[in-house]
Amino acid sequence: MTTPVATREHAEGPARAEVPGCEPPENPVTKFLRTDRLPHIWCAGCGIGTSVNCFARAVDACKIPLDRISVVSGIGCTGRVAGYLRLDSFHTTHGRAIPFATGLKLANPELKVVVYSGDGDLTAIGGNHLIHAGRRNVDLTVICVNNFTYGMTGGQVAPTTPLQAVATTTPYGNLEEPFNLCHLADSAGAVYVARWTTYHVRQLQKSITKALQKKGFSFVEVLSPCPTLYGRRNRVGDGLAMERMFKERCVVKNGAATHDTAFDALAPGQIPVGDFVDRDRPAFLQRYNQTMRAQLGDDFMPYGEPEIDARAEADLFAGPEG
Amino acid sequence: MQADRIGVLTGVHFIDGDFAAAEGAIAAGCRFAAGYPITPSTEVVERLASRFPFVGGLFIQMEDEIASSIAIQGAVWAGAKAITVSSGPGISLMAEHIGYAAMTETPCVFVNVQRGGPSTGLPTLPGQADVMQARWGSHGDYGIIALCPNSPQEAFDLAVTAFNLAERYRTPVMLLLDECIGHMLEKVVIPPADEIEVVPRKLTEKKPGEYLPYLPGENMVPEMVKAGMGHRFHITGLTHDERGYPVMTAAAQEKLVRRLVDKIRLASRDVALYEGRWLDDAEVVVVSYGITSRVVHRAVEVAREHGAKVGQLRLKTIWPFPEHLIDQVLGGRVRSIVVPELNLGQLVLEVERVVRGRAKVVPIGHAGGTVHEVGVIVEAILEAGK
Ligand SMILES: Cc1ncc(C[n+]2csc(CCOP(=O)(O)OP(=O)(O)O)c2C)c(N)n1
Ligand code: SF4
Ligand SMILES: [Mg+2]
Repeated sequence: MTTPVATREHAEGPARAEVPGCEPPENPVTKFLRTDRLPHIWCAGCGIGTSVNCFARAVDACKIPLDRISVVSGIGCTGRVAGYLRLDSFHTTHGRAIPFATGLKLANPELKVVVYSGDGDLTAIGGNHLIHAGRRNVDLTVICVNNFTYGMTGGQVAPTTPLQAVATTTPYGNLEEPFNLCHLADSAGAVYVARWTTYHVRQLQKSITKALQKKGFSFVEVLSPCPTLYGRRNRVGDGLAMERMFKERCVVKNGAATHDTAFDALAPGQIPVGDFVDRDRPAFLQRYNQTMRAQLGDDFMPYGEPEIDARAEADLFAGPEG
Repeated sequence: MQADRIGVLTGVHFIDGDFAAAEGAIAAGCRFAAGYPITPSTEVVERLASRFPFVGGLFIQMEDEIASSIAIQGAVWAGAKAITVSSGPGISLMAEHIGYAAMTETPCVFVNVQRGGPSTGLPTLPGQADVMQARWGSHGDYGIIALCPNSPQEAFDLAVTAFNLAERYRTPVMLLLDECIGHMLEKVVIPPADEIEVVPRKLTEKKPGEYLPYLPGENMVPEMVKAGMGHRFHITGLTHDERGYPVMTAAAQEKLVRRLVDKIRLASRDVALYEGRWLDDAEVVVVSYGITSRVVHRAVEVAREHGAKVGQLRLKTIWPFPEHLIDQVLGGRVRSIVVPELNLGQLVLEVERVVRGRAKVVPIGHAGGTVHEVGVIVEAILEAGK
């Protein structure tokens, strides 16, 4: 039997007392953080913070003006990311970050809108929104932290939980085969799909950079340890042991067909990682504006007149090379 | 401020309540809509889908009502005025996000063209059984404003009002039509833009670092902001402090939720729209709203012909419930209040609560699917006057 673990819904602690001489050294990521909200709620060994580090560095590399990025999260341990980032940030409802982000992006196309949430949030309760946003090709970057479980609520089974894994709601083992999220996003129509782990920090940072620069719906899956609820219960060990597992089992397969990228996190065998999909397809607003212009001619008034400034669009997508 | 000329279809039209509500939204400056088709509300979004490309607006049909009801809130935080539209089953799906709008103080408008319920009920026939849902549909304590037009003209007028109140109080506003009003074709006069009063979004003028998204201002309402202004603000549905940061304490809960409720309670008199008729000498008053008020209109005339001293109080604003109007009515010589509605007793509970035994309250329930027979209401009035 597993011991019940307290849920983290109430874990917002008092701010850490300031201890002179203990300030963290200046770090390139600090400017992205609401330091007045630290310490964060995440457990020791959790991978979410590592992913945030990669995200912040990717945003830095893209040189996107920070005032123009919005981060939208759902609910979950990963859903708390929005609240720790010193950006315009929205902590929405469970599963609904993508439709919120859709409204935000369509109503101000000059914003770079990032959805940052958990596997349960984005692919269980929010699964319908994920596939439709992919199909529509709304210009969003989705970062999905896949820790194979529902962390925030205490380790229940998720659509990503490996077959036979123990979760609080599958005490005798999970009966359902998990989603291959990259295949799902690809099939839905995402123009950019990548999978890395929190062990692959450089690769992850690069892929997030590419995703941010991509016009259209981009999806980055980040396999991440939840030692507290998933690792411990399934004898995978602590955070470090899970990172070691990622290191040993991951095989880089850039460009692999996503239907060949499924894996079983509990059984031995390869875990395919890499940049799987990178293609072009008109994004929702591009097609909207083109179609309306063709149908209505000069009578068409695009959303948010004056028309979107092409230069602003261009520098939003200025890459690390300029 | 006056309405933007672009978008205001000034003139005399012969349109239904659904189209009129859509035109009212456009006149009020709404430029973003998200929705999912459902009878009898679909014509609202169909109208927006065809009109928006001409006026710089954008409609998107989402994958469901849950998505629609949160997409509009994303649009609001990008600076748009936004609307979503549905009927019973869809409004039930939106419930979580009505609460999110109340908690995050996101000004937006939800239209419910009511049909018979519960569940799939009577998709093409009227009901007024969602009035309590409009008030309490999401979990937790919050206040909300709900308006009930009784004609296509008023669907236009109150759609404008709904947006204005949403901005003024930073709150979701429900616009409650019913199938009859939604599908009824009547003359609708859309005035010139400069005669339409529009409340613009009041964005903060404070500098980044000085602005707090939940610092109560005038009428307990905090100033708005939008993404991209440099404020790097945070919005959450968790209980939060004035910075918008989550705070999981009873004290923070008390402070925030009490303000959310009081903000709307205190606005009650200012937002109470109504129409009174023959109230001066009335001994019996019929309180009604929406389509039922049109049946009452006739019933009161017939009862008067029969010598009854009866008056009519028609509520255009049903939430916050205008307690003071009921009190005023009771100030006269009123002995009975008759409350017909297309449900089996919902708003009458509010009337009873306010009356507190000072008069007899007579509900006339009707499960919906059609409207009351005039005779049934006349009989109740005559009986109540005895
Ligand atoms: C509508 C609704 N249902 C359920 C919940 C409870 N809930 C909060 S977070 C969560 C799961 C989070 O899992 P995931 O998205 O994988 O995030 P993680 O905590 O693992 O990062 C659930 C079920 C909720 N907040 N709202
Ligand atoms: S419960 Fe799991 S996902 Fe949540 S903070 Fe702890 S380790 Fe991370
Ligand atoms: Mg998870």
